Amino acid sequence: MKKRGFADFFFLLFVLYLVLPIVATTLYAFSAKWNKSILPEGLTFKWLATLFQDAQFIEAFGRSVLLSGGAVVVAMLVIVPAIFIIVLYFPKYEKWIQVAVVMVYSFPGVILAVGLIRVYSKVGVPMILVVVGAYVIGILPYIYQGTRNSLRNVDARQLLDAAQLLGASKMQAFMKILLPTVYPGLFAGALLSFSVLFGEFVLINLVVGSRFETVQIYLMKKLSASGHIASAVVFIYLVLMGLLTFVIALLTKRSKGATNI
Amino acid sequence: MVEVISKRQVFAWLVPFLLLVLLFFLVPLLYMVITSFSNSEGFTFKHYQSVLTNDYIRQGFKNSITLSAISAVIALIVTLFAVYAVMRFSEPVREKILILTNLTSNFSGIPLAFAFIVLLGNSGLFTLLFEKWEIGALSSFSLYSWSGLLLIYIYFQLPLALMLLYPIYDGIQQQWKEAAALLGASTWQFWVKIGIPVMLPGIVGTFSVLFANAMGAYASAYALTSSNYNLVAIRIGALIKGDIFAQPELASAIAVLLAVTMVMAMLLSEWSIKKTRGKL
Repeated sequence: MKKRGFADFFFLLFVLYLVLPIVATTLYAFSAKWNKSILPEGLTFKWLATLFQDAQFIEAFGRSVLLSGGAVVVAMLVIVPAIFIIVLYFPKYEKWIQVAVVMVYSFPGVILAVGLIRVYSKVGVPMILVVVGAYVIGILPYIYQGTRNSLRNVDARQLLDAAQLLGASKMQAFMKILLPTVYPGLFAGALLSFSVLFGEFVLINLVVGSRFETVQIYLMKKLSASGHIASAVVFIYLVLMGLLTFVIALLTKRSKGATNI
Repeated sequence: MVEVISKRQVFAWLVPFLLLVLLFFLVPLLYMVITSFSNSEGFTFKHYQSVLTNDYIRQGFKNSITLSAISAVIALIVTLFAVYAVMRFSEPVREKILILTNLTSNFSGIPLAFAFIVLLGNSGLFTLLFEKWEIGALSSFSLYSWSGLLLIYIYFQLPLALMLLYPIYDGIQQQWKEAAALLGASTWQFWVKIGIPVMLPGIVGTFSVLFANAMGAYASAYALTSSNYNLVAIRIGALIKGDIFAQPELASAIAVLLAVTMVMAMLLSEWSIKKTRGKL
């Protein structure tokens, strides 16, 4: 009994530690004045309103969506089919993808940034495209995980074979049978990748800098300028991440449910 | 087996993927390694020599390694007990906790640094509280220092630790506990003699992932101390970004050494996680 209390204490600590900064920032984003007192003096929507009237923020938000979304779309078009082909038809080469996944996952942006700048800064390629390329590779672990799990869940190879034995063409089997069954898993992987990229700062800051101001760079600039505006940005970021996490959880549940049929 | 795919299709889909990996991952890393060994006269060890003899860079490595190791150990201990408590909840509650943890795992970098400024910065919530209660030791706490960084590092380690430890705990089967209890072992004895030893490789693996995770972290430290605190990742960033004093060769050499550290950590984790899997 005593031990349980001990573990629960750590659990409480764990949850409090994770939740407290989120609650405090949210409160700060809505507080009218909060300089001297422990709790905010009055609540207001002023900061959020200011933020949404700031063209710079709207543009930064647009750029973030474009950059992260663009990289996810490219990854979906290029990486997903490649993973499909290797998993379905060349399973013995799958270990090489796994090696790539571990490598990509273990090399942080700050190391990759050094190499990217060395290779591309003098050849005339727009650096923003270099960042997109690096982003596509950076989300390989998440895309691979999502795709692999979906394929394993539905036993894709057998499904394709069965569809073709029953007279479906290659294209039909793929588009009408396989894709709809693995779709929730793929979509969850895409959303997860998007949310990871949306929070990315290292590559964009080191490789491109303030020439392409994303939400993260905008936030960095506001950090020293205005605490309230910064907290409003963080609040919006949190809401977006919350929504994405919720949808991902739903999709993952659904794609797991598909196996129980 | 039905023949379903032509060679041309395989080629058409695999080549763009391989090209991307080559262009945006392998070539840059390779080029970085080459850069670290070359100067205007050709091949040289000079940059590594300056890394190893430069006290400032050595201190950066030391700071990064201590910060990463300590944050990993603290997060690991807290999470080990937390997961133990989580395991006793019902399935739906556990799921909600995992979702919350997933949400916070995205809360890192600049937004996280800012949230801690709200809590513990110069006019942060707790800073004011400590001043009001006149807790001397705590009110002199500075977020923009080693201990501040440690708090933030622990924060982003916790969700990762939970996600890695959860499946390892899950592998401990109820039957083992029952068998041990039937044979007269107490809960304490079960964990000390069976549970922890079985999980140990997994715990070591988790530690090395956490360690590597912290070694490569850049954004939160940068946001909090803006290059003032000496960490390896911050050093690299400063060396490649400084427009006037950019020293790409030196940055490459440091980056290679950092990469070696992380590859070793990842190899350790691969090896030990494989070992756990064999047991569970």
